Amino acid sequence: MPTVKINGEEHEVEAGMTVLQACEQAGVEIPRFCYHERLSIAGNCRMCLVEVKPGPPKPQASCALPVQDGQEITTDSPMVHKARKGVMEFLLINHPLDCPICDQGGECDLQDQSMAYGFKGSRYEENKRAVADKYMGPLIKTIMTRCIHCTRCVRFAAEVAGVEEIGLLNRGENAEISSLEKAVDSEMSANVIDLCPVGALTSKPYAFEARPWELRKTESVDVMDAVGSNIRVDARGNEVLRVLPRLNEEVNEEWISDKTRYACDGLARQRLDRPYVRGEDGKLKPADWSTALQVVADKLKATAADGIAAIAGDTADVESLYALKALMQRLGVANIDCRQDGARIEASPRAQYLFNSGIAGIDQADALLIVGSNVRWEAPIVNARIRKRWMTGQLSVGVIGPNVETTFDSDYLGAGPETLTDVAEGKHPFAEILRKAERPMIIVGQGALAREDGAQVLATARAIAETFGMVADGWNGFNVLHTAAARVGAMEIGFLPGEGGRSVPEILDGAKSGAVEVVYLHGADEVDMSALEKAFVIYQGHHGDKGAHAADVVLPGAAYTEKNGTYVNTEGRVQLGRRAVFPPGEAREDWAILRALSERAGATLPFDNLDALRQQMRDAHPGLARLDMVEPGEWGEFGAAGAMKSDLPFASPIENFYMTDPVSRSSQTMAQCTQTFVLDRRKALESGGTGTDG
Amino acid sequence: MASATWTPLKDEDRIFGNLYGYDSWRLEAARKRGSWDNTKDLILLGREKIVEIVKGSGLRGRGGAGFPTGMKWSFMPKDTGGRPCYLIVNADESEPGTCKDREIMRNDPHTLVEGCLLAGVGIGATAAYIYIRGEYRAEYRVMEAAIQEAYDAGLLGKNACGSGYDFDVIMHHGAGAYICGEETALLESLEGKKGQPRLKPPFPAMAGLWGCPSTVNNVESIAVTPTILRKGSDWFAGFGREKNEGTKLFCISGHVEKPCNIEEAMSIPLKELLERHCGGVRGGWDNLKAVVPGGSSVPLIPRSICDDVLMDFDALKEVKSGLGTAAVIVMDQSTDIVKAIARFAYFYKHESCGQCTPCREGTGWMWRVITRMAEGRAEIEEIDMLLDVSKQVEGHTICALGDAAAWPIQGLIRHFRDEIEDRIKNRTRVQVRGTVAAE
Repeated sequence: MPTVKINGEEHEVEAGMTVLQACEQAGVEIPRFCYHERLSIAGNCRMCLVEVKPGPPKPQASCALPVQDGQEITTDSPMVHKARKGVMEFLLINHPLDCPICDQGGECDLQDQSMAYGFKGSRYEENKRAVADKYMGPLIKTIMTRCIHCTRCVRFAAEVAGVEEIGLLNRGENAEISSLEKAVDSEMSANVIDLCPVGALTSKPYAFEARPWELRKTESVDVMDAVGSNIRVDARGNEVLRVLPRLNEEVNEEWISDKTRYACDGLARQRLDRPYVRGEDGKLKPADWSTALQVVADKLKATAADGIAAIAGDTADVESLYALKALMQRLGVANIDCRQDGARIEASPRAQYLFNSGIAGIDQADALLIVGSNVRWEAPIVNARIRKRWMTGQLSVGVIGPNVETTFDSDYLGAGPETLTDVAEGKHPFAEILRKAERPMIIVGQGALAREDGAQVLATARAIAETFGMVADGWNGFNVLHTAAARVGAMEIGFLPGEGGRSVPEILDGAKSGAVEVVYLHGADEVDMSALEKAFVIYQGHHGDKGAHAADVVLPGAAYTEKNGTYVNTEGRVQLGRRAVFPPGEAREDWAILRALSERAGATLPFDNLDALRQQMRDAHPGLARLDMVEPGEWGEFGAAGAMKSDLPFASPIENFYMTDPVSRSSQTMAQCTQTFVLDRRKALESGGTGTDG
Repeated sequence: MASATWTPLKDEDRIFGNLYGYDSWRLEAARKRGSWDNTKDLILLGREKIVEIVKGSGLRGRGGAGFPTGMKWSFMPKDTGGRPCYLIVNADESEPGTCKDREIMRNDPHTLVEGCLLAGVGIGATAAYIYIRGEYRAEYRVMEAAIQEAYDAGLLGKNACGSGYDFDVIMHHGAGAYICGEETALLESLEGKKGQPRLKPPFPAMAGLWGCPSTVNNVESIAVTPTILRKGSDWFAGFGREKNEGTKLFCISGHVEKPCNIEEAMSIPLKELLERHCGGVRGGWDNLKAVVPGGSSVPLIPRSICDDVLMDFDALKEVKSGLGTAAVIVMDQSTDIVKAIARFAYFYKHESCGQCTPCREGTGWMWRVITRMAEGRAEIEEIDMLLDVSKQVEGHTICALGDAAAWPIQGLIRHFRDEIEDRIKNRTRVQVRGTVAAE
């Protein structure tokens, strides 16, 4: 390892590091604007200049300079300070001094660094440059006069998002960042707002909403997909104003999808803020908690256990699911299920429903077969990881299922089970790629599992995994990609039909035939509500979505930002979501609703607070106590033998990335995105356009 | 700085026999002038020998920076890991005042074509790309035709000159951006991207065109190579002072009686150059005000220095200027020197690529301030501020354009501060913001 002297002190650093990284490691801070550790090095802002010996007698950009043994690096000499002050002055001469009305104010790199390197006054007597603002879509607001041309956004779009839609036009002082007046068509686009070191790219939906120092920041977990992106929820009063990414190398690095970031305005709309009971006239009428709970309790008591069913929703926390399961067990109900979409997965062995390699495991894969998944829409963060790996040139990707635009080069193998069989039997050329790979991987989406022959598809996928050595010592490349944040957690606690119990399709059939009289929907909005017309439906949830419309009693619950809850992501990673605000109106935390109901139904649950509930849950399922950890899934026989329906192609479960759950369906921002990125595009395609022609 | 040892270059020692186009540029005529004479033997000297001869000749890069050409070639890796190597000829001659490469390509293209082959052998390249300036359309056609002639005669392509060496020469037309003459911006442009300089390291010899080892050389550096190989390093090193050897094309423009391109021995005294070849300064030597000795990027020198300075890299460096491309711009007493430098400043502001901060912001600032100074609309203190700003640009940028923008202004303030001060003091009472001075 090379040894370098930084400001006179000797440090041992890793070979291949840049001088900036070495200084960082030694605890010497280097100011920078263009450098970002997850993007390629541009070296254009010139803020990170340091003095390096041996070298030319002028300051060097430390972000682009590799460390060498014996280097003497000086970061605090008069030469360095003068150089940085000079660069800062240049950045400021054409930057508007409009911090008081700039949304970046308070979290602006330029503002912060000007405290250290700024002059006390300006020497620039000329007119400042004004740049016309650009249109970049419904999410990104631009004030281009503030742009300092660091090109982080350009590099992010090209490298991470995989869409070359942002660029630097013109040259010299006329250089401008632009997306050619088109909305930046990426599910990750809004990350450029975080990347922008100044206020040139700011958040459009959040414009002028709040100042960063007014916000209460809560570290939590996202539920818009099954990735479990780590987020920070910023709230003022009882209102969630924005969601930002939090660093987690294992999961989302430091990106989040646009849905994760912007669906939060849906938390303030269409909310269920009081209980409702359907009256004689067939209309839902406001009721108090006591009445509503009594109606439900009476109904539960009056119905035979095999006539009751419970379905878990896609964004529920594990605690409330545990409480619901316990309640149903006490009532003797076996008809419980968490697989709203009818995915053919079972509880054991666990490996059959986990993303076994881990999301970070993609960084090691060298061949990948995607089956029945539009990863870009189902989990943009996973998609970004695949792209990151593909960018290294060491990953070949094959796709079976929906033929969608990917952000990496892939071989499109086929649409359905026939191709899958070909690969499994080694007849397809891609089989050769899998066979040669050292770390092969398969990603099975819900589009392949949530179908009648899902168990057979699962068995075929297992066969592929075993045939091509995807399951080996220290490596399990068999991955199931979920779309529901609650799914894996519910599987872990066995929220599945008990002895002789009905699964979701069977519950729906039963409700149609009258065999199932009472259906308890715990935030379940994605089932076919028309099947529930005859049944007495209890909806516990936070939004007036499909479930609430079908309900006879509505019990208002808490959304993910309003409760402390455990979530398990698609890898099996246990993470804690924390309460940022309180539920609106009379709405209550979900476990508390179930606890209250249990008492009235004569089946009192044995806990009085969340801690007690958690303790019991963790005693029963010790894996849930290991936060931020992944309990590896054991391998074994799973799936079902038999033929797949060869004529039925795999389809992605998501038709519109921007609207997949009650929160995002209630969000105005997501509605705008739907219009811009889904409907307008579809229309253009239908009218014979190419989809790229503006 | 004595000029006693200097003797004029004899006609038989001139490398470019058809600089003025009196003869044909075609292959047949070029052969009569000595090009393509026994090239096969020169190729068969082999890579090491060629580099050794060029090193021994003392040839320094003719594009402006004056880096020893032989040493540059020796940086090319012997083991490339299967990657091809490329020779890139920088024919994006855009330095204001410079027009030597144009004349070579227009009138003596075979010196360059043959030079590409021999230099290519010297660095182990498989092909040469000639990146020619967008405005040089006629020269592009001549080069294309000359290359075709060479191919037709078996001098290029497979088994070039019967030596067993395969070599291609490919022309590429630029779009007229000054920055594309910076070697790494040139590579970007050649790859089809926006012409913006790359960060160095890695240098082109390690990762150049398409990531392959590449050497970028000026047209003149390459075009003199065949003659050096033929006549030997001692012959070439016999001209000029130590470390500044060889012959050189000078482009003299401005206030002389007969502006011209001329091949002369290095280290010729400036006064001798102007009086011998250009008919002297308009109105006599005493009418001289200043000279920009090496293209717009180098600081000007006032008459007092011009009296006895030698035209070579080191002598001009001693007087805080530079030989650059040897484009001598002569300005007599009638010149508005502040306005002239303001025009240079406009050029750099216009040609800055906008990638890095000091150049993008600094060139515009400097242009605006000096333009006001040219009209007297400034304060005395602003002269020091301008100097400080130019120092903030210099040495802080990715490529040398920032330095090139700063130096002319520094030169002006160094030698003509009085004139700027006088202008500011004498400005008219009525201050009308008119059109900008420099077009």
